[in-house]
This record gives sequence, C-alpha cells and structure tokens, in this order.
Amino acid sequence: MSQKTWLGYLFILPAAVLIVFFLIYPTIRTIQLSFDTGMGFTTSEFVGLDNYINLFTRDRLFFNISTWPPAGAVFNTILWLILFTFGTVGIGLLVAVLANSVRYEVLIKTIIFVPMAISFTAAGIIWRFVYSPDATTGILNALLIGLIPSADPIPWLGRTDIVNYALIAAGIWLWTGFCMVILSASLKGLPTEVLEAARVDGANAWQTFWRVTFPMLWPTILVITTTMIINVLKAFDLVYIMTQGGPRGASRIIGFSMYFETFQNGKPGYGAAIAVIMLILVTPFVVINIRRYRREERER
Amino acid sequence: MTAVSSSTTSAAAATRRGFHFSSKWIVHIVLFCLAVVWLVPSVGLLITSFRPREAISSSGWWTAFSPAQFTFENYEQVLTAQGMGDSFINSFKITIPGTLLPILIAAIAAYALAWMPIKGRDWILVVVLALLVIPIQTTLVPVLRLFNQFGLTGTYLGIWIAHTAYGLPFCIYLLRNFFISLPKELMESAKIDGANDLTIFWRIVIPLSVPALASLAIFQFMWVWNDLLVALVFMSDPVNQPMTVRIQAMLGTYATEWHIMSAASFISMAVPLVVFFALQRYFVTGLTAGAVKQ
Repeated sequence: MSQKTWLGYLFILPAAVLIVFFLIYPTIRTIQLSFDTGMGFTTSEFVGLDNYINLFTRDRLFFNISTWPPAGAVFNTILWLILFTFGTVGIGLLVAVLANSVRYEVLIKTIIFVPMAISFTAAGIIWRFVYSPDATTGILNALLIGLIPSADPIPWLGRTDIVNYALIAAGIWLWTGFCMVILSASLKGLPTEVLEAARVDGANAWQTFWRVTFPMLWPTILVITTTMIINVLKAFDLVYIMTQGGPRGASRIIGFSMYFETFQNGKPGYGAAIAVIMLILVTPFVVINIRRYRREERER
Repeated sequence: MTAVSSSTTSAAAATRRGFHFSSKWIVHIVLFCLAVVWLVPSVGLLITSFRPREAISSSGWWTAFSPAQFTFENYEQVLTAQGMGDSFINSFKITIPGTLLPILIAAIAAYALAWMPIKGRDWILVVVLALLVIPIQTTLVPVLRLFNQFGLTGTYLGIWIAHTAYGLPFCIYLLRNFFISLPKELMESAKIDGANDLTIFWRIVIPLSVPALASLAIFQFMWVWNDLLVALVFMSDPVNQPMTVRIQAMLGTYATEWHIMSAASFISMAVPLVVFFALQRYFVTGLTAGAVKQ
C-alpha cells in the first residue's frame, strides 16, 4: 500500500513541477509586480496602488469616461463582449439550425468552420486585405464604390469610429464555426419525440424553434457564451496583427494593452496591473468551472 | 407544452403550407449569403497570392480571371528571400515536441489522478480547473525573467517548456475525465493478475485511449502551430522564429505588399488546413471537449 501511494506521487511530479514553476509561481509574481515599477522584469521599486490608480485616472487609452461614448481598452473590451458574443453565438445558432434542414449541411458547416483551423495571424492578414483602403485591392471598398460611385474609399482600420467594429467582424468570422459545431452537436442530441410532438400539435417551424428547441439548447448556449466571453478577455492576436491597437490607440483591448505596456512601452509593472485585472475578470468563470466539476463528480 | 400547442394550433395549421414553402427559400438564401461572406475573404487572398505584383496593384482579384495571369513567383520569393522556408521548419521544430511533451506528461499525471490513491486529489483537480481559465498574459513576465536567468529565452528548449506548461491543465483535465470513464473492473482484474500501475497505464489505459489521445494531439498541435503570443515573447531570436512571428515581422516592412503577405499567409495555413481536412472528425471531437478551455 505504501509503495503504491509513493508511485502515484511520482506520476504527478513532472506535471506538478511544471505547473508550479510556470503557472502558479509566475501568477503570484505578476500580482507582486503590479505593485511595483517592475523594471528589469523584477520587483525593483514598490509603488503601492499607483499602477492601478493611473490606469483608471490618467490613462485615456485604457479607461476614458470624459468622452461619450466612453473610450479606451476597457470600453472596447465591453464592446467586444457584447457584439462578438452575440455575433458568434447568434450566427452559430442560426447556421446550426438552418443547416440541419438542408442536404448540403456538411458543406455549409465546413465553410463556416474552416477559419477555426487557421492562425489568428493568418486570419488577421486575410481581413487586412478585405479592409484595404485601396479600392483596387480591398473588396469592401470596391463594393462600396460599385454601389455608390460618388463615395470615397473608407480606411476601415484607420478610422477611430469604425476600427473596433471592423475588428469584431473579423473575430466573429473566426469563432462562429466553433459555436456552430457545438450547437449543432447539441441540436442533434435533442430527443426527436419532443420536436415531433410539437409539430403534431400544429406548431410551425418558428414556434417549434423558440418554444421547444431554444429552451432545450439553453444550457449549451450558456456554455459557449462563457467560452466566448473568456476568449474576449484574453484576446490579443487579432488586434496585434490588424491594427497594433491603433489608430491612436483606439482599438486596444485589455489583452493587447497588457502586452503593449509590458513589452513595447517598457512598463512591466503597469502591464502586470492590467494582467491582474484580466485575472480578476476571469475569476467568476473559474468558480463556474469548479461548480460544474463538483456537480459532475457527484454524478459519477 | 400543452399551453404552447393549444394557443397556436389553428393559426399554425392555416399558414403551415405557405410558411414552409417560403421559409425553405429563405433558408437557402440566408445560408448562401453566409457562405459567400465566409468564403470571400480567404478566396480573395488565395487568388491574390498567385497573381503577379503589378496585376495586384492595378486590378482587383475579382477580375483576375480576365485575362488570367497567375504565377508561383510570390511563393518562391517568400520561401527563399523572406525566410518563410526556414520558419516553416521552425514551426515544426516548435510544434512537434510542444504537442507530444504535454500529452505524455499529462497522461501519466491524469492516470494517477484517476486510478491511484492520492491525498488531496480533489484539491489538485480544482487547481487544474482554475488554471484552465487563467490568461497566459498573467504568467509571461515572470516566466521570461526565469528563462533569462537560465539562458532559455529564444531557445527551442525554452519554448517547448512554455508550451508544455501552458498545455498541461487542459491535457490533464481532458485525459483524467477520459481515463476515469474506463471500466473499473479492467484495472482491478489486471491488478489481481499482478500487473503494476506502470504496466496498466502503458498496456491497458494508453491503447484504450487512442481516439482521445488523437483528438487531444490534433487540438494541441493546432494550438501550438497557430500560437503567436508565446512565440513572440519567448522566441525573440529571428533564426528560430515560427511562421506566425515571421509574418508579423514582415508586416513591418511589407504591410501593403500583398503579393508577399498573401503567399506568406497561405504557407502558414497549409499544414493546419491539411490536418483539418484529413482529420476533421478528431479535430472537431477535441474542440468540442475543449469547450471549457480558452
């Protein structure tokens, strides 16, 4: 018995060492760094809450409530949370449901899903090309001028009032396939008797969807919604590739700001404070995951 | 249910035929429009990657077939002069160990957590779950500092370790859930026959888990291959850069040189697309199981 116990700990040792050294210890260090200037990537000068105070009072590219609508990375992230989450889950649901009734289901699902296989880097280049301000290369401006010949090409990624929506659209293009696949699997798992019963009772397609299918899909919708929210809270690549947070910092989101302040602006302590804010924002989802785990364990 | 049906029966019955006829057309139109929106961006860049530089700047890719003017020159240039060929190899050098190491280490740990007596097992699993959600950004600076101290920054060993550590929580979580669903009697009878845990793990659990391991391997492979952030921070040495980092570096000088950027992007997409189309079933399984990651 005692030898068996000893072996079990040996089995988890490599994983435990890596997790402690590269995930747990760094997280604690980052929290420490957020109260410091963090110069040289280590604790060098304690500054108390200064980083946090500056983020919310002085940094207009992070948190700016002096304009309407409010601006900065925090509010851009909120815009992403709303539009990206609704867009991916909504279109994903639409495709999952509609494709279920057509013969080319596999084809349409593959088309929507393929962007999930490629990197955000490549996807960023694809969308930079779509948004090209030059109407001979950018399809969007070519369409605009084709429809309204008097219009001028729009620099979609160069205008502070458009850039966030343009980025969110690219994000939706990338992640809708994920939502669709999960929802489609869940849809096919629904008991057919219930749907059949609704149809026999005379409900039309619209009513069957809203009163029967949708409520039964709700748990799945919640799971992918939280996944999409976590995605936004961590997002970095697309903004980095497509706009570098610009023009004039107008498209920063918190995951990008953390990288920018730490590695490009030379303020690791300040970046660490943003990382801690990200950590706080994902904490509710940690709690949700643990609760779900406990429930599953009880059922096991 | 009864409330739903009784209040809607008559109205529905009246419109049913007409509704179904028109809705079928709406379904086709909506799906067609979505397919176009989803295809046009990639197809546009793909066509562009085969067009000569002068053609790209003088006419749109949507006119590329009249007259048809295509070339492989962009790919040649990007692979040789722009160093994408080297980066392509680097991506493999990073991704293969970055896929195998975390799965191996996680599988051993997951077996112990599923089938061996471990004090505080529940606690360990709660920590793993919490780490699933934590952003990589929270760990970057202290890990970089650690790597600098040990001379691991910019080395393959460094980035392998980083990807292994970052991949572990998900791999452990997924494999532990899979292992624990295996029949208990199997382990017990093997033990009665005198097999030790290492034998059971290697001869029984691993062979039974091949589909789960394949899904996980593909998921992790795509994750590492497509990663930008980890490589950007830990692979600062240009000689060792993977393709994602090379492409973002090329943006600095060639942002509007579409003949270069388009070919470079498609070279980086080639492997994931082949993996996706060849092993779609496993990829989707891994992704579905990974709904809690990110």
